[in-house]
Amino acid sequence: MNDMFEYMKPKRDVAIIGIGCTKFGELWDKGLKELVVEAGVKAVEDAGITGNELQLLIGGNMSGGMFAGQEHMGALLADYLGLNHIPAIRTEAACASSSVGLRIGYLAVASGLYDFVAVGGVEKMTDVYGSHATTALAGAMDQESEATIGLTFPGVYALIARRHMHEYGTTREQLAMVSVKNHKNALNNPVAHFHKSVTIEEVMNSPLIADPLRLLDCSPITDGAAAVILAPAEIAKKYTDTPVYIKASAQASDTLSIAARKDICTLEATRTAAERAYKQAGVKPEDIDLAEVHDCFTINEIIAYEDLGFCKKGEGGKFIEEGMSEIGGKIPVNPSGGLKAKGHPVGATGVAQIVEVVEQLRGEAGKRQVSGAEIGLAHNVGGSGATVVIHILSR
Amino acid sequence: MPSIGIVGYGAYIPRLRIKAEEIARVWGSDKESLKRITQEKSVPDIDEDTVTMAVEASRQALLRAGIDPKEIGAVYVGSESHPYVVKPTASIVAEAIDATPVMTAADLEFACKAGTAGIQAVYGLVCAGKIKYGLAIGSDTAQGRPGDALEYTAAAGAAAYIVGSKDIIAEIEETYSFTTDTPDFWRREGESFPRHAGRFTGDPSYFKHVISATKGLLEKTGFAIDDFNYFVFHQPNAKFPLAAAKILGIDKEKVIPGLVVPYIGNTYSGSSLIGLAAVLDKAKPGERILITSYGSGAGSDSFSILVKDLIEEKRDLGKKVEDMIKNKTYIDYATYVKYRRKLKGIGE
Repeated sequence: MNDMFEYMKPKRDVAIIGIGCTKFGELWDKGLKELVVEAGVKAVEDAGITGNELQLLIGGNMSGGMFAGQEHMGALLADYLGLNHIPAIRTEAACASSSVGLRIGYLAVASGLYDFVAVGGVEKMTDVYGSHATTALAGAMDQESEATIGLTFPGVYALIARRHMHEYGTTREQLAMVSVKNHKNALNNPVAHFHKSVTIEEVMNSPLIADPLRLLDCSPITDGAAAVILAPAEIAKKYTDTPVYIKASAQASDTLSIAARKDICTLEATRTAAERAYKQAGVKPEDIDLAEVHDCFTINEIIAYEDLGFCKKGEGGKFIEEGMSEIGGKIPVNPSGGLKAKGHPVGATGVAQIVEVVEQLRGEAGKRQVSGAEIGLAHNVGGSGATVVIHILSR
Repeated sequence: MPSIGIVGYGAYIPRLRIKAEEIARVWGSDKESLKRITQEKSVPDIDEDTVTMAVEASRQALLRAGIDPKEIGAVYVGSESHPYVVKPTASIVAEAIDATPVMTAADLEFACKAGTAGIQAVYGLVCAGKIKYGLAIGSDTAQGRPGDALEYTAAAGAAAYIVGSKDIIAEIEETYSFTTDTPDFWRREGESFPRHAGRFTGDPSYFKHVISATKGLLEKTGFAIDDFNYFVFHQPNAKFPLAAAKILGIDKEKVIPGLVVPYIGNTYSGSSLIGLAAVLDKAKPGERILITSYGSGAGSDSFSILVKDLIEEKRDLGKKVEDMIKNKTYIDYATYVKYRRKLKGIGE
């Protein structure tokens, strides 16, 4: 199976010239409209363009239908943003919805067909009961072989965690360390859902969700939106002193059902997408200065270290334990606080990761700044790895 | 205008209790995480309901007030578990305590704050000189759907307050309310159990109203936090009132004396009023109490109450909250289901 980049080069390079992100959290007084408008207007203002200059609008959203009774999200985004008549598309790939959108936006600009493209993501999750949200999220798994037998996402990742502990000796404490680190990083992120540090003991004593995962191993139900503005690299400097370039945009798919996989301790789609991304960007894992990875559950960050090549298979637990993924460590991971502590408004998460990487590469990340960051990676997973999208960005 | 305030108060807590861990045993819930919510809750016996508890609490209030019940000009009963949808609880209570017939009576409903709404109503009538004494009661046998989070806290209890202008034991110095249309918790006509909006019941509901009403009362009176010796907040669980105190910068020690929820659960309309009774059981003359109720839907009533000298000779005339908390008999979940007539609700 080939990716187009193996035989074709993009016609031109693509830059991110504007970013915008709402506060993440239980935003009781904000609906889809307020979230979309806030993130969209921030991104357009940051880019220093006007909305009328935009030529294509792409919005990632996992389940507006089940969370808010709202479908037809593409045109709705254009409507809310006052950009009537612009072509507008909603992309859906579960929790990777908006990074799939970014990839399409990237292709649109790289092909030479569009100059200014806005890509965003939004999810309003708190208007429904927790049980309803769990059902909506379970739509990202194979209904026939997984959801109908009662599996939920905490259950899927619990099975993965248990197997990883069995195969590689990953410990309960190491899982907890991911949560502790990400909560610590979020303290310095003004938009994060949680501003609360947690200890290993607190994580390990939090309510049991799906053995061995506990409440503080799980990302929260979050409202939020994020957006970026894309432009051809050759004109990016006209709009910003600090354009950030998309060096790689890679995507891979896998089976939805984990039972159909050879090995559940690895996400093959991450490995494949990473291989493609590193090749496109011409970089190696050790060249990455920081990464935003998909820690929907703590085990997934540990597996991401391994599948992205930050460490060997089975050594992800050691990687967190030795502080390699701390800010100041070998490869800082989730300086934003990650999905765990920054929050996980599923359809917005992919672009929100990009917003963090751009802030880091611009040197605008304040107290959570990774010093001298030149190259950043964003890793966004849909479901339990049936869709994985990886972007590599550079200054 | 003479000082107007409480001339008698009384509480009632059923003897039966079920432990939170017994409920957790049946539903397979995490016992550890329940500890911050409540330890056990009161359960009405098979022959107890909102009316019987209201009568019991009123009789204690009358013992302390030492007045002729015929002098009570208004009886208001706040509850969300009135036994009849049509036919008042208040008329039964008034008749039982011999306050009828030359008086007015009515039932009130505002989720967990209908009791304090009743106090405001009788306080207003006394202030206006239209009645000599008024009796306001908060009484509930709260419902919780089997297996729902509410089942750990939905309890039974009542508190009654007689308001007048003669021989007061605690002066009502001021009251302030804060009300919005916030649908965080509701039960529609004909439904057996209430529904709630999960985490929405926290920040935009309980905390917004409790904190706004409390701050509003402080502003209206010109008092500071330090002017109060005790704070009583509506207590749906043990976490919320302590969290509200923390947000307002109130020392936990000023909240603990009125925090009865860990031992009896959330008695809904009785909740903050039983907490206030627990504080009146021990407060000294000259001490000042701030009480803020909360009712879903949503609103809060806040009161500034100054304890008077007469409390010393009146409080021992009635039963103390602490003694009622200690007087208990545990039942298991099966008995609880039978007494609460819940069998039909399972799977609903």
